[in-house]
Amino acid sequence: MKQPLVRFTNVSFTYARAQGRGGWQALRDVNLEVFEHEFVAVLGRNGSGKSTLAKHVNALLTPTSGQVLVAGLDTSVPENVWEIRQKVGMVFQNPDNQLVATTVEEDVAFGPENLGIPPAEIQRRVTEALEAVGMLQYRLHPPHRLSGGQKQRVAIAGIVSMRPKCIVLDEPTAMLDPAGRREVMETIHRLNKEEGITVLHITHHMDEVIGADRVLVMDQGRIVLEGTPREVFSQGELLRELHLDVPQITDLAQRLASRGVSIPSGILTVNEMVMHLCPSD
Amino acid sequence: MRFRNLTIGQHIPGNSVVHRLDPRTKILGTTLLIVLLFAVNGFIGYGLVALAIAGVIHLAKLPWRYVIRGLRPLLVILLLTVGLNVFLTEGEVIFRLWFLTITREGLARGGMMGTRLVLLIVGTSLLTLTTSPIQLTDGIESLLNPFRRLGVPAHELAMMMTIALRFIPTLLEETEKIMKAQMARGADFQSGGLMQRAKSLIPLLVPLFVSAFRRADELAIAMEARGYRGGQGRTKFRELRFGRIDAVAIALLVTFTVVVGVFF
Ligand SMILES: Nc1ncnc2c1ncn2[C@@H]1O[C@H](COP(=O)(O)OP(=O)(O)OP(=O)(O)O)[C@@H](O)[C@H]1O
Ligand SMILES: [Mg+2]
Repeated sequence: MKQPLVRFTNVSFTYARAQGRGGWQALRDVNLEVFEHEFVAVLGRNGSGKSTLAKHVNALLTPTSGQVLVAGLDTSVPENVWEIRQKVGMVFQNPDNQLVATTVEEDVAFGPENLGIPPAEIQRRVTEALEAVGMLQYRLHPPHRLSGGQKQRVAIAGIVSMRPKCIVLDEPTAMLDPAGRREVMETIHRLNKEEGITVLHITHHMDEVIGADRVLVMDQGRIVLEGTPREVFSQGELLRELHLDVPQITDLAQRLASRGVSIPSGILTVNEMVMHLCPSD
Repeated sequence: MRFRNLTIGQHIPGNSVVHRLDPRTKILGTTLLIVLLFAVNGFIGYGLVALAIAGVIHLAKLPWRYVIRGLRPLLVILLLTVGLNVFLTEGEVIFRLWFLTITREGLARGGMMGTRLVLLIVGTSLLTLTTSPIQLTDGIESLLNPFRRLGVPAHELAMMMTIALRFIPTLLEETEKIMKAQMARGADFQSGGLMQRAKSLIPLLVPLFVSAFRRADELAIAMEARGYRGGQGRTKFRELRFGRIDAVAIALLVTFTVVVGVFF
């Protein structure tokens, strides 16, 4: 069987508290495998441990117990950290606080510079990465002149230029308007499809989950539900218990079903709904 | 608002000879200018330096008015310096009004100090006007690099400058946002005495600092996640190139400095 790109084995993590009065256990016995080229979405209410999970994938945090392997490398071994960060890039929520340089191209070059890549090669990678996120014409702009969605795409380009196998995005759309969200989601999906980059996408927006290969739902530091978007959203009851919504159209389908209309509970798009209600079309 | 007319440290992009010089050449030139201005003691010397500066402004195709406007923020310091020198130097009295006396020596010294300051401000502003912040930091890093062994943190200083330049606009924007938010709640930043106005800054500064610390924290994590581990083993995306015009420029600058510095 294929070896997973990321493997969590019985991972628990406890945040140390300042005054030594115990800690907060943010991850409890998590087991997870992510395979190459997969698009995995992570859902969960505030404080459920999503960001903590994300930070374990590129060794910003290491497990209190258990083991995280990235491409076979143990994140707890300090000598591996460097190589792991080359393989796994991370995009954060606030686009303003992750751009380092005074122009777009300088910022995209930051990662490759850290890796010690020769200048000519960096030039090539910067151009490629900016092209991949559709920001090439902005290469000389200062970041503070860009819209939120554009900034976030530059942040993604800054990761792409490091040629990672996997990108972890921690609520990259949380601070964006609908147009910005669409830009960013299209970019992420394109990178996943065309460049084959594995994606771990954390979000509160149910509609951003629909295109994923697999969905994880977290609660109180555990993965409580896992499956395809259809499988997960058909568990309307359980999701509501976890204070999560299902996409509007899925919710509608489930309400119709509960009123006796014959319709599957895993409807995800308007088109599917139409197909089921008017099969003749 | 009031931040719009901040012109010190502004960069005017261009493609003139001066713009194309290696930033290290320009930093060296600026250093020579500072040294020269303190070595020279006489109006002929200052005249020659002024001519040289005018020549550079012309070569760089900079708008004169813009360059001169750079003096405005420092006008108070300038007037104070000149005034103190004019009125407080003892010597042959040529004019007396109430408690103010003007002496011949005072006039001469005030004139010299004023000229020196004006040349210093205008001359050094040429560096930032013709060099982009990126080039400037690259230049400083490269010039400081040989002193690494003596413990000069060249890379770290350059990184700090870059981050400062990156975040100044963001923080200014945020300042305006907070000011507006506080004004909407009835805060008044404009009126009252000095104490009152200083006090009214507290509701501005507290949220600003809190947010700046949060930004710094998040930025540090993001940098770490992007494989940053200090200057070691790091390459530069943009390489500095010391070309023929740089050699010529340095030869000219050094000759000029020596000649003017020694003879005037
Ligand atoms: N640095 C920290 N120190 C102590 N406790 C922390 C720290 N960071 C997070 N926690 C706690 O760990 C738990 C999980 O946090 P985490 O940030 O992983 O949640 P999350 O699912 O990302 O939440 P959100 O949706 O708000 O981003 C929370 O209860 C939080 O209070
Ligand atoms: Mg989070």
